[in-house]
Amino acid sequence: MNRFKLHNRYKAVVIGGSAGSFQGITRILSGIPQDFSLPIIMCLHRLKHVRNGFTEALSIKSIKPVTEPCDKENIKKGQVYLAPANYHMSIELGNSFSLSTEEMVNNSRPAIDITLETAAYVYKDRLIGILLSGANRDGALGMKKIKERGGLTIVQDPADCMIDTMPAAAMQLTEIDHCLNIDGIIRFLIELDKQYK
Amino acid sequence: MQDIEIADIRNLTQVIKERYNYDFTNYAMSSFKRRVQRVIDLYKFASVGHLVSRIKEDPAFFHDFISEITVNVTEMFRDPSFWRVVRDHIIPNIMLNHDTISIWHAGCSSGEEVFSMSIMLKEMGVLNKAKIIATDIDKEILDKAKKGLYAVKHMDLNEKNYIRYQGTGSLKDYYEEREGKVYMDRSLVANVSWREHNLVNGPVFNKFDLVLCRNVMIYFNQTLQNEVLKRLHESMFKYGYLAIGSKESLIWCEIANKFIVVNNEEKIYKKIKE
Repeated sequence: MNRFKLHNRYKAVVIGGSAGSFQGITRILSGIPQDFSLPIIMCLHRLKHVRNGFTEALSIKSIKPVTEPCDKENIKKGQVYLAPANYHMSIELGNSFSLSTEEMVNNSRPAIDITLETAAYVYKDRLIGILLSGANRDGALGMKKIKERGGLTIVQDPADCMIDTMPAAAMQLTEIDHCLNIDGIIRFLIELDKQYK
Repeated sequence: MQDIEIADIRNLTQVIKERYNYDFTNYAMSSFKRRVQRVIDLYKFASVGHLVSRIKEDPAFFHDFISEITVNVTEMFRDPSFWRVVRDHIIPNIMLNHDTISIWHAGCSSGEEVFSMSIMLKEMGVLNKAKIIATDIDKEILDKAKKGLYAVKHMDLNEKNYIRYQGTGSLKDYYEEREGKVYMDRSLVANVSWREHNLVNGPVFNKFDLVLCRNVMIYFNQTLQNEVLKRLHESMFKYGYLAIGSKESLIWCEIANKFIVVNNEEKIYKKIKE
């Protein structure tokens, strides 16, 4: 059974989320296999001045610890990464992170568009982008870039979102391959992981 | 809009290097590309090629280009917990053995970090013992920094940071607000020497007890980070301190073994070997 027509050539999963996404994220991180094969790279809107506590909160239920990468840290398979507070997080060619303190984008730092767009550039059609609940339009452009480069796009079903502005904006801007609720996203990731086993 | 190709970036950095002796070859690609795109949008160039031609022909424009691609987003007392460690541990440690303290702000941008340092030292009663040098690649931003003139809208965040830092007074003690602008008390930086300096190919010009180079090397690739760290290392007295950004790391650098970690959370290192 392979209802999502998946294959094992994907290199990474990027997830963007904002207001109302915390619960969904923790469910995803607790629902996927312990030895999940791909790196999961998350950019979630968060308080700029609060450096500590968020990764710890996410890690409590997560199948593996969530870490904030340092600048130029290599991206490893099966790790779960979170964009640190007050930095934009980009993916560099050569499979590492770059951080930056550039101007806010969409009123946000970290901005989801930056993480998604640079990931799309590096991973091309080997990328899966997932956009969750949120109250602004950050991430829509990034999802468009993922689609343009041949990647797979998934949004949380607006009906399943606490605040649906973000996935709705992405659906308006670009073609979305799958519109799923959180349980659907978990099933998708489990099925994806099976391709690698 | 077409995405900028890496070949375009290579061509651009090559032209700049040959014509102006600024070397952006080893800047981090993701952010450099974004900065170039920003200039293209700002000046409405039709392509990278048009930008390159303009840079070739127009030195005045090149300096505007430098100002625009340099990231000048900063805050006073950014990472308040960092400043508490500097106040409570680093400065007292340096002062144990010296009567004076020499400080280098490498990549000082619009000067918020320099004013933060001066305010901290003043509240500690040691500002007159400090010799501070502040450098940046961008001459225009240095002129701005010297003036200590800021937009009111940024002060809210600066005030919040100062309160979290737990200063002895109020940030308002150090500036006046006139006509929607904030004028910092310039006596704070009376002894600061502001200089244009390029970390990538500039000379080692002095030795310091404390070097702050926070969120500057993140715009470089690892090759360049290695080179710049060597330069910073040469610019430090043995047992001097180096502060980098809270999410930067030295551990991948070739000369990491010449430093020890003093505070990993705040990314403060101490030079232990020449």
